[in-house]
Amino acid sequence: MLTLALNILDIVQNSIRAEASEIEIGVTESATGDIMEITVKDNGIGMPHDLLSRVTDPFVTTRNKRRIGLGIPLLKYHANLAGGDLMIDSREGYGTIVNVTLKLSHPDRQPLGDLAGMMTILMSSNPGIDFLYTHKTDRGKYRFSSKEVRQYLGIDHFSNFSLLTDIKEMLNNNLRDIGASGFN
Amino acid sequence: MSQIKSLADLRKKREEIRTGMDIRIKAIDPENHVQIKVAMATCGIAAGAKGIMEFFVEQLDRRNIQGVVTQTGCMGYCYAEPTVEITLPGKEPVVYGYVDLKRADQIIEKYIKEGELIDGIIPVNYETIDSKE
Repeated sequence: MLTLALNILDIVQNSIRAEASEIEIGVTESATGDIMEITVKDNGIGMPHDLLSRVTDPFVTTRNKRRIGLGIPLLKYHANLAGGDLMIDSREGYGTIVNVTLKLSHPDRQPLGDLAGMMTILMSSNPGIDFLYTHKTDRGKYRFSSKEVRQYLGIDHFSNFSLLTDIKEMLNNNLRDIGASGFN
Repeated sequence: MSQIKSLADLRKKREEIRTGMDIRIKAIDPENHVQIKVAMATCGIAAGAKGIMEFFVEQLDRRNIQGVVTQTGCMGYCYAEPTVEITLPGKEPVVYGYVDLKRADQIIEKYIKEGELIDGIIPVNYETIDSKE
């Protein structure tokens, strides 16, 4: 995984498998506080306590095709490399929150990468899931809701390529406006 | 038009396109469309599945092919990622491994358009012993 966006894309797959209908992705970066925080929150089936306590172990997974699960451990590794950490909280029947902190100026912090592309992939391939994305910087805040876009445009899904391209452009323009990493 | 920054801008752009052609976003009937599933687990994403998925979404549109591109989890072929499962209407699914942009292009041109199998197929048996009885 070369970027944080790819790591987030991977972590969100856990929420999708957990049958979430709403997934919130939050990125906060503060140059003054020298911190980046990433949160993925879902309303999926959650995890039992015993699994939660072992979930950062790469040899723990809920899958049965292969007995390793590297998504969470990899992101934790990248967080630790950048002077941060990964915390996860979950409650059966209510959902899961993954919270990652990284030192913004750390030389080993991965670049954020293509967050807009990540969002359009998630939206186009998961029509039954509402995605809420918020991005905060010292300059401002941007909020994007796939549900609001669907309702506003009167569409059921995001399969149209030109629409996805326009949404990607809209996301990138707004991230640029608030000075998100990679745009300044 | 100027930059798209708001939902109003987004709708305006959609309306501009609509005036030129009928691109109403219709409900998709998977039975009559090519179905493309890109494996997007940790192994797939690390191997480049995001770029492959974006390629299929873009190229199906550009080449005017009616298809549905979705993501799926790990299919168990981590060694061969990125892997892509293609289901042509009325046919059994075929899984291709080691899919880079060149192979993805061949999949569209040869397999999806012509029905001709190309290199890179991962042998898959979807039938279980129980179902054969």
